[in-house]
Amino acid sequence: MLQLTGIVSEREMRAQYLDRMDIERERGITIKSQAVRLPWELEGQAYALNMIDTPGHVDFTYEVSRSLAACEGAVLLVDAAQGIEAQTLANLYLALENDLEIIPVLNKIDLPAAQPEKFAEELANLIGGDPDDCLRVSGKTGEGVSELMDLIVQRVPAPKGDADAPARAMIFDSVYDSYRGVVTYVRMVDGSLKTRENIQMMSTKAVHELLEIGVISPEPKATNGLAVGEVGYLITGVKDVRQSKVGDTVTTKSGAAAAPLKGYAEPKPMVFSGIYPIDGSDYPDLREALDKLRLSDASLVYEPETSAALGFGFRCGFLGLLHLEIITERLEREFGLALIATSPSVVYNVRKDDGTELVVTNPSEYPDGKIAEVEEPMVKATILAPKDYVGTIMELCQTKRGTMMDMQYLGEDRVQIRYRLPLAEIVFDFFDNLKSKTQGYASLDYEDDGFSVGDLVRVDLLLQGERVDAFSAIVHKDKAYAHGVRIAGKLRELIPRQQFEVPIQAAVGARVIARETIRAIRKDVLAKCYGGDITRKRKLLEKQKEGKKRMKMVGRVEVPQEAFIAALSSDDGKAAKK
Amino acid sequence: MPGPLPVGAPWPKNNQLDRAPGIRSFHAYVHVPFCDVRCGYCDFNTYTAKELGGVNQSSFHEDLVREIEFSSAVLGEMPPLSSVFIGGGTPSLFTAEQIEAILGSLEATFGLEVGCEVTLEANPESSNPEYFRQLIEVGVNRLSMGVQSFDPQVLKTLDRQHDPERVAPLIESAKEQGLTTSVDLIYGTPGETLESWQRTLARALDLNTDHISAYSLIVEPGTKLARQISSGELASPDDDLNAEMYELLNNLVQDAELEWYEVSNWGKPSVHNSSYWQSQNWWGYGPGAHSHIDGNRFWNHKHPTTYQKALLESAPAAGVERLTERQILEERLLLMLRTKWGVERELFGELGVPAALVAKEIADGNLELVEEDRVRVTRAGRLLVDGLVVNLLSH
Repeated sequence: MLQLTGIVSEREMRAQYLDRMDIERERGITIKSQAVRLPWELEGQAYALNMIDTPGHVDFTYEVSRSLAACEGAVLLVDAAQGIEAQTLANLYLALENDLEIIPVLNKIDLPAAQPEKFAEELANLIGGDPDDCLRVSGKTGEGVSELMDLIVQRVPAPKGDADAPARAMIFDSVYDSYRGVVTYVRMVDGSLKTRENIQMMSTKAVHELLEIGVISPEPKATNGLAVGEVGYLITGVKDVRQSKVGDTVTTKSGAAAAPLKGYAEPKPMVFSGIYPIDGSDYPDLREALDKLRLSDASLVYEPETSAALGFGFRCGFLGLLHLEIITERLEREFGLALIATSPSVVYNVRKDDGTELVVTNPSEYPDGKIAEVEEPMVKATILAPKDYVGTIMELCQTKRGTMMDMQYLGEDRVQIRYRLPLAEIVFDFFDNLKSKTQGYASLDYEDDGFSVGDLVRVDLLLQGERVDAFSAIVHKDKAYAHGVRIAGKLRELIPRQQFEVPIQAAVGARVIARETIRAIRKDVLAKCYGGDITRKRKLLEKQKEGKKRMKMVGRVEVPQEAFIAALSSDDGKAAKK
Repeated sequence: MPGPLPVGAPWPKNNQLDRAPGIRSFHAYVHVPFCDVRCGYCDFNTYTAKELGGVNQSSFHEDLVREIEFSSAVLGEMPPLSSVFIGGGTPSLFTAEQIEAILGSLEATFGLEVGCEVTLEANPESSNPEYFRQLIEVGVNRLSMGVQSFDPQVLKTLDRQHDPERVAPLIESAKEQGLTTSVDLIYGTPGETLESWQRTLARALDLNTDHISAYSLIVEPGTKLARQISSGELASPDDDLNAEMYELLNNLVQDAELEWYEVSNWGKPSVHNSSYWQSQNWWGYGPGAHSHIDGNRFWNHKHPTTYQKALLESAPAAGVERLTERQILEERLLLMLRTKWGVERELFGELGVPAALVAKEIADGNLELVEEDRVRVTRAGRLLVDGLVVNLLSH
């Protein structure tokens, strides 16, 4: 589309043009929605189409729902080689909830494995209509794209706002740019905004002068203003990220609107992890970095926390494990921080024998003994897969303490299985497991399904007899032993040998359930010097010094960053990767 | 293939180095990049005949002499050489006439100090008493014999070609003819037991040489040995066993009254070997050779063909780095802490190492204070010295 409408030349075009973060391009996924304005002409009439490219992964549902709320229609892209995924259903549902006009499209029809007929049938079953109405396009070859543009113009209604009413613009995204300050992305719902005008944020009443206003096409392009229905960006020179809250309404100071637009529901974090700087003096930088990320990612929540082992840090709430991974990676990459993320946890409602209740998001705060009842969060998971994998999937869900709710055939060979599962069981590596056990064919979506009572215990890890709070985890009683053995074994592999012996123990309360020992190092010297190549020796020293900076002192023991991350990873020893 | 060279700045076009002032002795290393067979563990810069594309072993000394002339133009006035070390590769593949041409050129260009240590590395299979006689005639006075092991199985794993029974008569002959002698040993070869190492050591010490070097085997990436280990054909080295072997070595060598002076060296200190640890000045001649001149470290092109061409066209060096003051200090700690001389106490202050860190290592028995103003590693600390340096410099 970018190429066809002429806003990106052939020379500038690259795959995933709108995925601007390195991390998106490396992983081939979209994390941040990106808005872009496309010119198109149909039957002699010029149109300006505002499009938002959104993520698909379940962790980013919130990002999608915000974008959908700013739109009139949605192009539902389905991979013609893979078919409908669980997240397709989830996003479709969101679009329907927003009363959007839906245009189903099969993409990647150029792939040899594409089966457009089969999946058009599935799509038609899903949203009604004729399979032949489903457009077939190839983003790579451009086939069908121009028909799609025509169809968008014909089917998606023009924005309905009142051009003469007081200005109301919905903030659907805002990002921090180190050169220009906060860049706020808005959709004009009513009225218009002009450059140099004084604008007001309706929730905070803060007033700023509009230094620049413009559209994205697909690079930012300054204009004189934004008219009703348009999507664009605002720059006010504001540096404080909290001034520009996603979901807020922007109006003008002179003719302020009476009521704000309906905002977005605050997203609910599902997974919690402690994030700590390896170097304690980076704590203020970490706070600043989180503040900046929070601006473009309203789903990120955090509050200060202290760990005996790790010092000062933040307990952060994430939408899922991928979200956690992405945020830590962005903090490290974009802000140059060396971090430790503790083993992820969910929220527990704990009722003690004395009747007091507490909410635990950090396993180390889980009370010792005297617990009457613990409730853990549950999810309703929807899994879509070819029917051959049903057995495998059921087996996996059983080991994750799941209860089957129902199973439905979607077409001849695709099955939808629904399970009720403890969230804690799926935040770790469920998705990876599911993908690998089904050769990548299964897809997953899940939604919150309240709380259930569980038989849970806290497993602690001790180094040299000292409990390391960052390694504590809350697990089901039947899995405590396996968990303890696994983590103790992992730590033995990952913690380098020190000048003294380091015993590792896993314990539930006072009872030790697993034990390992890291023997003292006996040799740490390279015998030879390569024919006077001192440079090589010094470079090695410099590398080792760097490595040492990435170690955290826990008591007298040096623990590498990987050891903290390892608690996240699955049984096969590989770090969780999507 | 041998491991990569460092990345540095290009050699200056005007052949002028930015030299830090200081009084340093002057030494020469000469690299003979030839071997009959490449040993499976070796990643040194050496080539067998079929890897050599056009370079002629029998006239290669002419290239080395050309570099000596080049170095003279770069260095200007220098003190006479305190040591010359001809290493490799297999220097004993050079004829005595070739060695003579090199030593003659060095002497004519820089002069040799009285008592200058002139060492040649030799392999048992390419040595004989008559060769030693010729070497002494052309000025060699010290022989370093690549023995590695007396265990035939270990030698086989290392791809060494010689019969261990040849070693004793050769050393005997070298000593009789007046050469200072040293043997090189390797321990920690896959399959080598503590008992085998003990037998190798006993036989090596029986040779009664003036000096012993013993290196733990390092598995270098890209070598045949590394492939054999990753495929599971050979066991990977065990650091704990290596530590035990080192302990045994320390004990037996001490009983034989050879004094320890550097992590891997015992006996009458080699002037040349010591110059590396003391950051004296030396020029390394030949492909891939490294030099240090007054705070500049530089290294030659690796492959003999590239080296030859560069030498003819401009300069043999592939890169150079001028050390910063900080780097000079860090290197001093890194290198001198490996030796019996240790470092002066002030060095820690200059490097900003907190006294408490040094005190802790002393308390832990890894470092010791000698003569009030020097600090050196203890016997236990010898095996941990690289880690100690990292600890001391990370604060």
